[in-house]
Amino acid sequence: MYSQTEILKEPEINSSNSAEGELVINIGPQHPATHGVLHLVVTLNGETVKKVEPHLGYIHRSIEKMCESLSYRQFIYVTSRMDYLSAHVNNHACAMTVEKAMQIEVPTRAQYIRVIMDELTRIASHELWWGALAMDLGAFTPFFYAFRERETINDIMEQTCGARLTMNYMVPGGVMADIHPSFQQKVKDFIKLFKSNIDEYDELVTGSVIFQSRMKGVGCLSKEDAISYGCTGPVARGSGVHCDIRKIYPYEIYKQVEFNEIIETAGDSFSRYLVRIKEMKESIKIIEQLIDNIPEGDYQAKTKAVLKLPKGEFYTRVETARGELGVYIVSEGGTTPYRIKFRSPGFSNLSALDHMVRGSKIGDLMATMGTLDLVIPDIDR
Amino acid sequence: MFLKEYLSDIYHATKSLLTGMKRTGYYFVHPKEIITEQYPDNRETLKMADRFRGEVIMPHDANNEHACTGCTACELACPNATIKIITKFDVTPEGKKKKALDTFVYHLELCTMCNLCVEACPTDAIKMGQNFEHSVYDRSMLLKKLNKPGSKIREGVE
Amino acid sequence: MFSLQGITSGIQSFLHARFSASGVLIFESLIVILLATTLFALLGLVLVWMERKVAAQMQIRLGPNRVGPMGIFQTSADTLKLILKEGLTPDGADKLLFNLAPFVVMVVAMLLLAPIAFAKGFQVWDINIGVLYITAVSSLSVIGILMAGWASNNKYSLLGAMRSGAQIVSYELSAGLSILTIVVLTGSLQLGDIINAQQNGWWLFKGHIPVIIAFVIFIIAATAETNRAPFDMAEAESELTAGFHTEYSGMKFALFFLAEYINIFIVCAIAATLFLGGWMPLHIGNWQGFNHLMDYIPSSIWFFAKTFALIFLIMWFRWTFPRLRVDQLLNLEWKYLLPISLFNLLLVTVIAILGWHF
Repeated sequence: MYSQTEILKEPEINSSNSAEGELVINIGPQHPATHGVLHLVVTLNGETVKKVEPHLGYIHRSIEKMCESLSYRQFIYVTSRMDYLSAHVNNHACAMTVEKAMQIEVPTRAQYIRVIMDELTRIASHELWWGALAMDLGAFTPFFYAFRERETINDIMEQTCGARLTMNYMVPGGVMADIHPSFQQKVKDFIKLFKSNIDEYDELVTGSVIFQSRMKGVGCLSKEDAISYGCTGPVARGSGVHCDIRKIYPYEIYKQVEFNEIIETAGDSFSRYLVRIKEMKESIKIIEQLIDNIPEGDYQAKTKAVLKLPKGEFYTRVETARGELGVYIVSEGGTTPYRIKFRSPGFSNLSALDHMVRGSKIGDLMATMGTLDLVIPDIDR
Repeated sequence: MFLKEYLSDIYHATKSLLTGMKRTGYYFVHPKEIITEQYPDNRETLKMADRFRGEVIMPHDANNEHACTGCTACELACPNATIKIITKFDVTPEGKKKKALDTFVYHLELCTMCNLCVEACPTDAIKMGQNFEHSVYDRSMLLKKLNKPGSKIREGVE
Repeated sequence: MFSLQGITSGIQSFLHARFSASGVLIFESLIVILLATTLFALLGLVLVWMERKVAAQMQIRLGPNRVGPMGIFQTSADTLKLILKEGLTPDGADKLLFNLAPFVVMVVAMLLLAPIAFAKGFQVWDINIGVLYITAVSSLSVIGILMAGWASNNKYSLLGAMRSGAQIVSYELSAGLSILTIVVLTGSLQLGDIINAQQNGWWLFKGHIPVIIAFVIFIIAATAETNRAPFDMAEAESELTAGFHTEYSGMKFALFFLAEYINIFIVCAIAATLFLGGWMPLHIGNWQGFNHLMDYIPSSIWFFAKTFALIFLIMWFRWTFPRLRVDQLLNLEWKYLLPISLFNLLLVTVIAILGWHF
């Protein structure tokens, strides 16, 4: 027998039932500021936001269910389509889970390449976020400056991985192909370009009095709330939570590289902004340490053509550009997973939005949403 | 004291805004920094990265021979059922029957360019081509037959 | 020296010789209507193209470059597309107000054209309360925006219109006070007098620091009044999609778009007239030779050069700054611009009374 489920009525959504003077407005699914098909049902009182209800599901592709019918080599490519801005890191997490389950030793060269690629992805993702945030605030020009640098990373990716966005470069046991002969030189060129251009970002946006007044003291999230909402990544670190997976559960060769976990304590939009800007610089630091020291050796461990995971449950987590991504695989011992669950950072970060923007203005809602760095396919999967 | 703060506020605000304007002004008077690539015009000089994954192709040599044995490893590796291999039986001069490729069907419209088929191929019969201009008016034109008509397997490829 | 003054007086005497006084008026009105419409169409095309080119250069892009050389016919092609598009009226909209609103905004922009002197002796109407007329008529455009926002039956439009109302009403104040500084210095409301008073130097140079402050405040207020970034609260495309013109399409949208650019032209023309001497060439004190050389440049070129320089400045703002929040926008006006301009007006009055200006 099916248990009876009551279909919950949501009286607040219906504008006729709302309180006097309140205006219910649908921001999205098509709206310039939601960067995708996010639907926010916002209750307004004049300009003041009373309540924000995110409605999800517009880009649900049931990736988790799809993965159940794909082999352990095949399912990795699908995860590029979740958080497409950190596709490498998603693939990395999946590959790591399979390696953990099968106890495959990844060659050091592959580990170096993976970490460099992850950090390049992180910079590319933060670049896009920076441009999009400025665009949310009404400044269009930074977007193009950000894309200029991002384009260089995309070119590097294209040359080594063969694709610009959905690379599918990680395979269980290493990486799909060795780095391109000119990879190191190109990355060094990029670092030079990035270092000369990062000051422009400060001139144009960070230092601007309009930007600061739009960001400071807006969308505050306390440390306790950040933890209780399950926020991760720059959102939580902006509130002073020590949560960088690269530091607390180091994977690959993160233990050997020197870098700082960026933590800001103010908890407002500006501190989240600063965390990401500083994280880009830290990523450059990591790449600089690794790029000249890539050891010789295999780029891929020898694996069987058909991968079979032992029976059991496996979980790994990595730090994507948005926060903690967890991959949970239940295996029955066959060639395909019995169940896969992805813990996506965007979903938890979005859940804190309502708490952060209550009582502030519509403009603040957009600014706060911009600093959450939402990628909608990551939330819906 | 209040007035001093008020005035310094105004000074710093104006200064920060002027710094931003200096940056955009710099680019306005430096057209050399323009990064636009005028795509259809630069088709002659446009060089795609040699690993760029645009489509699956099957290289044929001068004798119209390919290296595909029809083993269906790529078909199995493909996550989207992009590849369908139809095999036939050739009769060798010794009178033995031998499995061979009849048609290599490639659904470009289903392909996500994940490179798994190329990785799986034991004889390097297929590889990724750099052509990315795939737009056509009819979806059925995306269904491709990769082995050329009359082609046969290269000698010595098992 | 080429001058438009000869042409206008020639036409006037030609008409007076042949028709009665009322006939002359009708003919002159027809000529003005023709000229104004042509100017509007031309300005719209040129300014939109200019904005796109300026934006592109600042954003390290090329901008329009396909239709015609440097893409100069891009805007004409866009206009053609907009004319051919269907102008939808949404269900539940107040049909009369919805369709009237773009025209109200447009007519206000056209009315503002009347007292502007485009060149020496080339002015539709040198009304003796010219400055008052401008401040009075320019605040009418908010009615068109409010009408559009209210009649659209769309929450975004309504919010945008309300923001626009609050904004324009506030910024009118400091714009008006900045204009007053020049009126105090000149002692006349007539634009012709104001321009003539700048024969031996523009007010921006003659009036010491207070006039520079007034000029800066006027530019800020003008940007706000025309709903341009960083004060584009009424449109705020990342917040309200397109604000008050969310529901407009086709030519009705184009009229709003055109009116925005015409308004920019007009406020810049006013700023150029009040602070930079309008069509008056650059004269420095008693450098006779230099002044004489400057006189050779036609007055219309002076006027348009100054106006377009200011338009460029406003475009520069738009492509550099993020948008302000609505409460910060009002804070800026009431806490900074208004007190400063009040104090500034006092200073200018003292300067004018004591005759300290040059």
